[in-house]
Amino acid sequence: MSTLIVTRRMNEHPTDSHTIDRYIATGGYEQARRAVTTLTRDELVEEVKASGLLGRGGAAFSAGLKWSFLAPERPAYLVVNGDESEPGTFKDRQLLERDPHQLVEGIIIAAYANEVHHAFVYIRGEYAKPARRLQQAVDEAYARGFLGRNVFGSGYDLELTVHLGAGAYICGEETALINSLEGKRGEPRLKPPYFPAAKGLYMKPTIVNNVETISNIPHILAMGAPRYAEVSPSPDTGTFLMSLSGHVRKPGNYEVFHGITWRELIYEVGGGIPEDRGLKAWIPGGASAPWFVPELHLDMEITKDAVAGAGSMIGSGAVIVMDEDTCVVRAAERVVRFYAHESCGQCTPCREGTTWMEMILRRIEEGQGRAIDLDLLIDVSDGISVGLNWPPKMTTICPLGPSAVSPVIALKEYFRDEVDAHVRNGGCPFPRSRAHAGVSE
Amino acid sequence: MSVWSEEVQERARAIVARYPEKRSAIMPLLYLAMSVDGYLTDEGMEEVARWVDLTPAQVLSVASFYSMYKRERTGKYLVSCCTSISCMLAGGDDVLAAMEDESGVPDGETDEEGLLTVEHVECIGSCGGAVAVQVNYELIEGVTPEKGRALVRWLKEARPEVVNTDEMQTLFGSRTSFDWAVKEEGGAVGPYPAFQPLGTVRGGDE
Repeated sequence: MSTLIVTRRMNEHPTDSHTIDRYIATGGYEQARRAVTTLTRDELVEEVKASGLLGRGGAAFSAGLKWSFLAPERPAYLVVNGDESEPGTFKDRQLLERDPHQLVEGIIIAAYANEVHHAFVYIRGEYAKPARRLQQAVDEAYARGFLGRNVFGSGYDLELTVHLGAGAYICGEETALINSLEGKRGEPRLKPPYFPAAKGLYMKPTIVNNVETISNIPHILAMGAPRYAEVSPSPDTGTFLMSLSGHVRKPGNYEVFHGITWRELIYEVGGGIPEDRGLKAWIPGGASAPWFVPELHLDMEITKDAVAGAGSMIGSGAVIVMDEDTCVVRAAERVVRFYAHESCGQCTPCREGTTWMEMILRRIEEGQGRAIDLDLLIDVSDGISVGLNWPPKMTTICPLGPSAVSPVIALKEYFRDEVDAHVRNGGCPFPRSRAHAGVSE
Repeated sequence: MSVWSEEVQERARAIVARYPEKRSAIMPLLYLAMSVDGYLTDEGMEEVARWVDLTPAQVLSVASFYSMYKRERTGKYLVSCCTSISCMLAGGDDVLAAMEDESGVPDGETDEEGLLTVEHVECIGSCGGAVAVQVNYELIEGVTPEKGRALVRWLKEARPEVVNTDEMQTLFGSRTSFDWAVKEEGGAVGPYPAFQPLGTVRGGDE
């Protein structure tokens, strides 16, 4: 289903893929050296544009186009977003732990291409081990002269700082991340300015790219943009890491081409559902994404456009599978609770709305639900995300609040009967304990 | 005058030197303050304020935004159980309940001795290895209610000075999100992430 690109080294050399010796022995740092010593900024931006590389952080925006928007003012900064906190997502953790030099090499190329002399990697606070692995790689790169003064003897200087977050999901939003990196509360910035590429870190031009996006850069140079663009049969070029979790026999990160169907992903790649239980629903692109159900979506091909056309998103590539014994009210409550907890509090619809939604869902689940509760839930949701569509019509600075509405869309569209049953029966008809639901046979 | 030892001040200087602007050093300095006092004290925040030329109130406004800056003393071992969606689907609520029961410590609280804090946390990026538990931010994947109880008993009895992720994974974990492949030495010594960003220094006169 794929040619391995960003996970090839860790698959072929599992015991030492994170070391600089293995990295160099497998051709590592040759592309950074070539870029810094022989290529120009324009050539590199064009190469990445031509590759068709889409950002892997959730928005799936063209990486090369983003680079080309960088305002001319200097200094400029590169910030790599390793704040991976979207429930269901654990791909960047694997890239950081198992192939950190691949990221460092990508950073050198991206920084040079954007005339950056100080780059940052922002890693979520709970990722202590991935941060240690990356810091070790950074130290080794400094020691070899791949970072610091006079990179590869070219006269180009680049500093790289690994920065640890402290437990705030919202810092994955790029302007919140920038505020956090400036030593402030991690609150998203009011727009305009619309793009960090114009005014970002310290109000200077800033590129913010995801860990997986940057990890692809050395391979685009090694393969050449035309070959990279053609490696996948899908219109979405390159490979995508998809994080599979929930009720599948083989959860994990899988590097796949887009264009396979959800059925293939869940039943072939993921091995199907434990004990052959039925499939009830899945979240296609991280907890923020509106849910899919088998009756409508199982044979859909996974591409950016197809998923968007069905009112959801490929997002961070995290797929969370729910079997037939899953209580969707409880699942919705758990997703909404996350956003209520992580709301930064700036915008009233999100701060008040998500908390209210969590309360309503909890009382339905616990048997105190009222007949009007689903309509009330939809009404509150409409106050955050007008019309309950995806992408949302925003009433808030950032998409966090509207993300909390995604499970409510599913309850409204597909599971009204199940909500009503909770209200009628005075509680949840499903087993409370799922202690063994996810364990493979 | 700094309330920190010369050694800690040396680390603080190295941290500040890694950023183009001083204020950016707040977050790593807050962790440094936690490592000195065991949690984030008022004195620690006042000291951080001096290092970055802000008022203590400004530092508090930053610290209070982030859940990992604990402004009350936690146990020597901060036991965090994920109950977000993927872990919930695999029985995260059962694991949390088992650890609360075994320790006698309700969610979000600390025992009288100051040994254990038990808390539920939102997603910690280990969804393929659900249920995920961290002790002082060192990870264990594939935890069951029974293994969660065993973890609590082990922490009470063995009282390790250094909490090592691979040791705990071997004793109390099962399925992982991906192949961890290589074991690590060392680990966490307190309820803050074991990461000392001192290896990088800015070059020359930038």
